[in-house]
Amino acid sequence: MDLGIEKSARKGLVLFTQYEAGSAIKKAIAGGREDVLFELRESRLKGRGGAGFPTSTKWMITAAATAEKKYIVCNADEGEPGTFKDRVLLMEYPEAVFDGMVIAGYTIGAQYGIVYLRGEYEYMFAMLKEYLEGMRAKNLLGQNILGKEGFNFDIEIRLGSGAYVCGEETALIESLEGQRGEPRNRPPYPVNTGYMGFPTVVNNVETLAAVPHILLKTGEWFRKHGTDKSTGSKLFSVSGDCERPGVYELPWGISVRELLDVVGARDTKAVQVGGASGVCIPKSQFMRKLSYEDAGTGGSVMVFNETRSMLNVMHNFMDFFVEESCGQCTPCRIGNERLLEGVHKLISGDFTFAYIRNLKELGATMQVASKCGLGQSSPNAFLSILENFSDEIYQSNGSGVTHA
Amino acid sequence: MLKQTESRAPVSQKSHKIDKPVDPNSIGATITIELNEKKIAVPLGTTILEACKANQVRVPTLCHHEDLCIAGVCRVCVVEVEGMKSLQAACAFPITSQIKIKTSTENVRKARRHIIDLLLSEHHGECYTCVRNRNCELRALASEYGVDGFTFGHREKKMHEIDKSSYSVLRDMDKCILCRRCVRTCIDLQEVGVLEAIDRGGKTHIGTFMGKPLSEVICINCGQCINRCPTGALFTNDPSDDIWRAIDDPTKHVVIQTAPSPRAAIGEEFGMPAGTSMTGELNTALRRIGFDKVFDTDFSADLTIMEEGTELLLRLKAALVDKDPNVKLPQFTSCSPGWVKFIEHFYPESLDYLSTAKSPQQMFGALMKTYYAQEYNLDPKDIVTVAVMPCSAKKFECNRPEMVDSGYKDVDYGLTTRELAKMIKEAGIFLPEMPKSEFNDPFGEASGAGLIFGATGGVMEAALRTAYELITGREVPFENLRIEACRGFEGIKQASVKLEGCVPAWSFLEGVDLKFVVAHGTANARTVMELFKQGELNDVHFVEIMGCPGGCIGGGGQPIPTSPEIRKKRAEAIYAEDESMTIRKSHENPHVKLIYEKFLTDGPCGHKSHELLHTKYVKRGSFIV
Amino acid sequence: MLVYEKNNLMEEIQQLGKKHGINRNALIPILQDIQAKYHGISDFAQQEIGRMLSIHPVEVYSVVSFYSFLNSNIEGRNVVRLCKTVSCDLAGKCDIVKAIERELGIKFGETTKDKRISLEYTNCLGMCDQGPAMIVNERVYGKLTPEAAVTIINEIK
Repeated sequence: MDLGIEKSARKGLVLFTQYEAGSAIKKAIAGGREDVLFELRESRLKGRGGAGFPTSTKWMITAAATAEKKYIVCNADEGEPGTFKDRVLLMEYPEAVFDGMVIAGYTIGAQYGIVYLRGEYEYMFAMLKEYLEGMRAKNLLGQNILGKEGFNFDIEIRLGSGAYVCGEETALIESLEGQRGEPRNRPPYPVNTGYMGFPTVVNNVETLAAVPHILLKTGEWFRKHGTDKSTGSKLFSVSGDCERPGVYELPWGISVRELLDVVGARDTKAVQVGGASGVCIPKSQFMRKLSYEDAGTGGSVMVFNETRSMLNVMHNFMDFFVEESCGQCTPCRIGNERLLEGVHKLISGDFTFAYIRNLKELGATMQVASKCGLGQSSPNAFLSILENFSDEIYQSNGSGVTHA
Repeated sequence: MLKQTESRAPVSQKSHKIDKPVDPNSIGATITIELNEKKIAVPLGTTILEACKANQVRVPTLCHHEDLCIAGVCRVCVVEVEGMKSLQAACAFPITSQIKIKTSTENVRKARRHIIDLLLSEHHGECYTCVRNRNCELRALASEYGVDGFTFGHREKKMHEIDKSSYSVLRDMDKCILCRRCVRTCIDLQEVGVLEAIDRGGKTHIGTFMGKPLSEVICINCGQCINRCPTGALFTNDPSDDIWRAIDDPTKHVVIQTAPSPRAAIGEEFGMPAGTSMTGELNTALRRIGFDKVFDTDFSADLTIMEEGTELLLRLKAALVDKDPNVKLPQFTSCSPGWVKFIEHFYPESLDYLSTAKSPQQMFGALMKTYYAQEYNLDPKDIVTVAVMPCSAKKFECNRPEMVDSGYKDVDYGLTTRELAKMIKEAGIFLPEMPKSEFNDPFGEASGAGLIFGATGGVMEAALRTAYELITGREVPFENLRIEACRGFEGIKQASVKLEGCVPAWSFLEGVDLKFVVAHGTANARTVMELFKQGELNDVHFVEIMGCPGGCIGGGGQPIPTSPEIRKKRAEAIYAEDESMTIRKSHENPHVKLIYEKFLTDGPCGHKSHELLHTKYVKRGSFIV
Repeated sequence: MLVYEKNNLMEEIQQLGKKHGINRNALIPILQDIQAKYHGISDFAQQEIGRMLSIHPVEVYSVVSFYSFLNSNIEGRNVVRLCKTVSCDLAGKCDIVKAIERELGIKFGETTKDKRISLEYTNCLGMCDQGPAMIVNERVYGKLTPEAAVTIINEIK
């Protein structure tokens, strides 16, 4: 299958470096749980799915919980528009991802690992299953892993069925339990009450893939990359108007401008950082840094050149959320419909500024009153495009929009 | 004691129930928080909503209902918790740390207004004509929270056909606000499983299996969803226009029977506190409306006790004396049409265990168009029988094709408490102002036993009062005839009465420990049936099951709202009325005695009563065609 | 549905129960297998699955209706899902749509009369660097041109 860039051509600081399967597991077992947690804490690794919760805290809470069973779930429900880094990791670096899961299992005392693979990636299913079989043969999975008495851990792959919201960790758990993928009320958090009511760590593919590297090369080494609050490197999935779209591993803190140079983007008007749930950055802000402190992202970077209609982009994103909201809570279910209606009115020119002001306020409410991260971030694109490209948006007044 | 089996309701409908701390007196069981800058102590695990309620802070709610598990979906109850980026749903947030809560900040007020605005933007329906226009929770919130216009538009066109397929429950999805109370009622509280959220995103709606009409899926017509719907999306199939027409027709003789539960609750529709009994006032009101006769369903409840009790004794005799291996024990009660349809669908193989006695409503109807017609020289075809019931399933019951034993439709209309209140208002009557009056003869006198049918455990208590006395010749050995083991709102109750010193006719029962089980709400009924299937009820003799939580007083036709507190008050009204009666045992009801002398001459469970007062059931099964 | 078809399906559902387990966790995997084989989950299948797992039929239907890849009506033997998210849109999704619709004579959201192909839009496929992209059944195709897309469509049996 054509995957764009060859693996051998990939260059990076952490994830896109050599890793020998099983080596970090060996080190983890030799050093003990405390060491793993120590290195992780030192690394200041934060969740790569976008929310940026400290991974070590998540693991520590679950490790401290006493329960009959614990679970480690790898969130491979990569559905954020413009994100495809997990595809690359799973296809090309499964050893790092799965070893990360085994180490997590060892550290928190979980016996079961589940990979929730999005339905769209079903084509990887057989390959990944085969890889897991190989791990079992090498005793990297199964009973008494690598001779460690009592360390039993196995991984199962479960397929999603086409629902963006299942990337939200509690929705993912609901889906695993055979339910509609509707996010739960939190608290309680999955680290206490997760899959089947047991303590569960849900980590992004990229987070887990970083763990073996951190363990082998120390947390201190990892921390040297990136910025103070955003340590290490990040995989950026770059798409849109540029010469070299693809996945790039770059240190956190790189500016939008620098990234655009790397991927060969010219005449760029705007960059959508963080996918549909992210924000749209105009040219004037290209010095902004990609980091948790400034423009945080799960990795999606979409580049739009001068010829593109931002209203069209907005339209596409709002369509997306109306479809992909789980439909459970009022602000997200109806709020997104009203915002989409607003986009239609912007397109037709049939709007008043008072009405647009109301929609902006509604967006602010959705950001704080929605039940989960999806709803809370769903108005971001609408609000930021409206704010940063107001001239363009209001000028299209009545004239309709040209196709992007 | 019976082991409670795991409820069949899905985890997602229950997982957000919050466990209360084990012991409120243990160290660390309370926690000090700040609520609107006031320090208060609350038990650990209390929700913010509960903490607010206990401290006189009103937080609006929509998806929250006391009877149901937590959903946290409407978001109208959001509050600010210091240190958290987003607002938190008060109903779903358990307090486990020393948080600071603010319930009326700018953000909170804006968010609430927006949410109500959003709900209104998708809510089609004119308040003027809505059945819920006096007690619609959405409407109340809109006016309380300053929503005075349609900021985000309003749906002008009707999007959905009203589903009028059911005899009992109608659905107008244009008024649905997706709070999912009906879903939690149907799946979790009642474990029937008709309604669920369908599709996702903007298309999400509450629907039935494959979008079929309600009459084609396994709805038991209990109407509990109606009682918990905050808007007018769910309502009963109202026959009042037909009834008015009958009243206005001089050739029709329109009689009405009133069940005890509506009488204990209808006052709520006129602003009276829950638990105000209105029996005497209601009699007057009904006459003023134009009903020709006003009868008491309690009379046929007494009759039910005679029939059902006799049936039980016959089954016991078959088991103990004749050693009949095929005798069906325990015997299950059959007065609740919701429960009857439930067992027909989910446990059709066990239908033989159900008493064949009709419900009081249907016994009444059958006698009305036979015995009453004969006694009063009326042509049964000119008699219109109306039954005032706390129940939506009674509408389905009176329309069952087999309920025509009189040669006519035994009961023409089942009317709910709410619908009757509406008729009374339409007639220009304010119920609490009415002078009291008595029921009409010959069905006007009843015993307290017939009356307590309204509360869960009532049938059992009434049956015991009669059976014990018939068997032993003595009154039941409880102070003031209160059989406490039958009372109260525990989901499943179990007890026994030892039969000693039996009269000769029933000497075979000497020393028998008469065991009985009482359950209410079909979720508990399901538990009982699962235990029954496992053989755990083999030594039980009699099982009372009512389809609705709390029994008839919590029926699907009762005034809205409902809550454990309200149901308790209604039950208290019924028990108090029972104690005020002179006759408190069914077999002592003089009219019951008379009817067995004059009409049902071969006695309870005799040939004639079998013809008129007993019925057959349908093995419906649970496959949806 | 004929009786023997029903019996086969029931047998198959029982087998799937053995494979995935008789509990609610197994619901989605079972539905996925039925969907893959029959291109949809009939109301009969939904009820049988519900009965096996002790779930109300409406809950099964609720789950089926929630997920884009599960369907309660029977779709075409092959499902073509074209990504409509921004990156693929920028890369020329509209031209692909026109070409495919013209070739098959049906619109997206429809199924060919011979039930060979159903056309659907889908949200991001994670092929944004190689848009426009689509998946046919479970195979993914990127960097589509109108011509290439039509060739792929025509090769589907």
